[in-house]
Amino acid sequence: MDDDSSKNKDLAVVLVVGKDRSGIVAQVSDFLWKEEINIEDISQKIMQGIFVMAMLVDLANARSDLGVLAPKFEKLGEKIGLSVQIQHHQIFEAMHRV
Amino acid sequence: MPLNVSLEEIYETYRMTEKEHFDIRAVTLGINLLPCTSDNFSQLCKRVEKKIFTTARQFVKRAEKMDARFGIPIINKRLTITPAALVLSGALTGAAAEDRKRVVDFAKLLDHCAQEVGVDFLGGFGALSEKGLTYADQTLIDAIPEALGSTEKICGFINLASSKAGINMRGVAKIGGIIRDLAFKSENAIGAAKFVVFANAVSDNPFMAGGFHGIQEADNVLNIGISGPGVVRRTVEAAPRDLPLDEIAEIIKKTAFKITRAGELVGQELARDLGVRFGSLDLSLAPTTAVGDSVGRILEAMGLERVGTHGSTAALALLTDAIKKGGLMASSHIGGLSGAFVPVSEDVGLSEAVKIGALTIDKLEAMTTVCSVGLDMIPVPGDTKTTTISAIIADELAIGMMNNKTTAVRLIPVPGKKAGEMVSWGGLLGEAYIVPLHQENSDYFIWRKGQIPAPVTSFRN
Repeated sequence: MDDDSSKNKDLAVVLVVGKDRSGIVAQVSDFLWKEEINIEDISQKIMQGIFVMAMLVDLANARSDLGVLAPKFEKLGEKIGLSVQIQHHQIFEAMHRV
Repeated sequence: MPLNVSLEEIYETYRMTEKEHFDIRAVTLGINLLPCTSDNFSQLCKRVEKKIFTTARQFVKRAEKMDARFGIPIINKRLTITPAALVLSGALTGAAAEDRKRVVDFAKLLDHCAQEVGVDFLGGFGALSEKGLTYADQTLIDAIPEALGSTEKICGFINLASSKAGINMRGVAKIGGIIRDLAFKSENAIGAAKFVVFANAVSDNPFMAGGFHGIQEADNVLNIGISGPGVVRRTVEAAPRDLPLDEIAEIIKKTAFKITRAGELVGQELARDLGVRFGSLDLSLAPTTAVGDSVGRILEAMGLERVGTHGSTAALALLTDAIKKGGLMASSHIGGLSGAFVPVSEDVGLSEAVKIGALTIDKLEAMTTVCSVGLDMIPVPGDTKTTTISAIIADELAIGMMNNKTTAVRLIPVPGKKAGEMVSWGGLLGEAYIVPLHQENSDYFIWRKGQIPAPVTSFRN
């Protein structure tokens, strides 16, 4: 977080969890594009038979802040039949880095 | 920039908040009311009202904003004040009836303020009386049944013992009757759930009903209470059956570390946003009535058939200590009580163990020697003698005094109920079975009153 590239960025992590199928990345990315949220990095894996994808996103130019976005992501999840959550990036740094 | 936490770590955080109910149980704003004191009661009231409104007006709104921003639920927003007996003492006249009315009016004023600023509870309606009762302390105690009985959001406490002063047995003798009156004045005895008796009370406790803003604190301080029995239970349950206990301690410690770090982040941000000092972070496994949120179940997950059986005290000692260690490593602001609570009615595992007779009052008392508070939310028969209530309190305070730890008692004598019968309060307070007590009386011991002297601190065998 100290490097120059993270300055002026408002980073959050979008986590998508559920049954694997085609088109998940496309559906989530489409939603991010409409909300003017930039994707910084993507990582995905099948864990214990469950599809898990995390996207590091930048909310600096987003149309709304995290408080407004969180329920929207939940709704998106309901629509596409997966669990979609967004949380502030700082939470993960605090919990998992000493 | 690239994602610098692993998918496993992200998934773990998601699971903790979404599935295992990791939450910030309470954000508690402590307000120093000493600058409001006056020998004119109505002026005191005006100053207090103004002080609370100006300090806490934005509090609930800002806390909700943090909740949305970090996605970690903040369950309760609370206020604590300087112990009310100190705030009131200058405004009392010396005429007992008039002064008792003033105490009750003051409680009602605070209740009104709490309603207006939208907090769940306001704590600190109490006194620090481990060595003696001032006139204000006595007046306040006498008015407790009416003051807490006629208000909704006010929580009260009294500190009646410390390791340095001993136990104020005159206060202990008096308080048994007060607790009984308080219980009998409210529906289903619920008023007694709003009052705690302490030994070695802490000044920065964010949890209710015993929270107050100590006189050693700064003017306005934000304390955070974080919880997560569900998270800890899940990690213990996931461990292999034959994993040695030192390794169980290790995984609890790591979990405690993680949730403390997340809690501190939210707390520091909220304090900055409110422009107040960040006080302390209290990591306490506080059960809720949700099935997964039981401290009893954590102990059972360690390998006990039922909480309350032999081994329960050892298991709880391991749990409390591991939580404290993880918390202390994670934050330099660990304070309050920090550890594991064992509130009987609020914890499904404990409540069930009482029902089948596995968990008795004596085992509970033993367990409180190693938990972070004490005998908590224990419903007792309605016909319990007030001297017996006082004697239970004396025992618990003795444990705190001798072991340099905070202990507390929150007993609820339920009118008309006998041992083994069920009482249901609903909501966060849960339901429980009336805990049987010893039948032999302690009358003459309690009637002696006086002071149990402070213990020797060396020669501790």
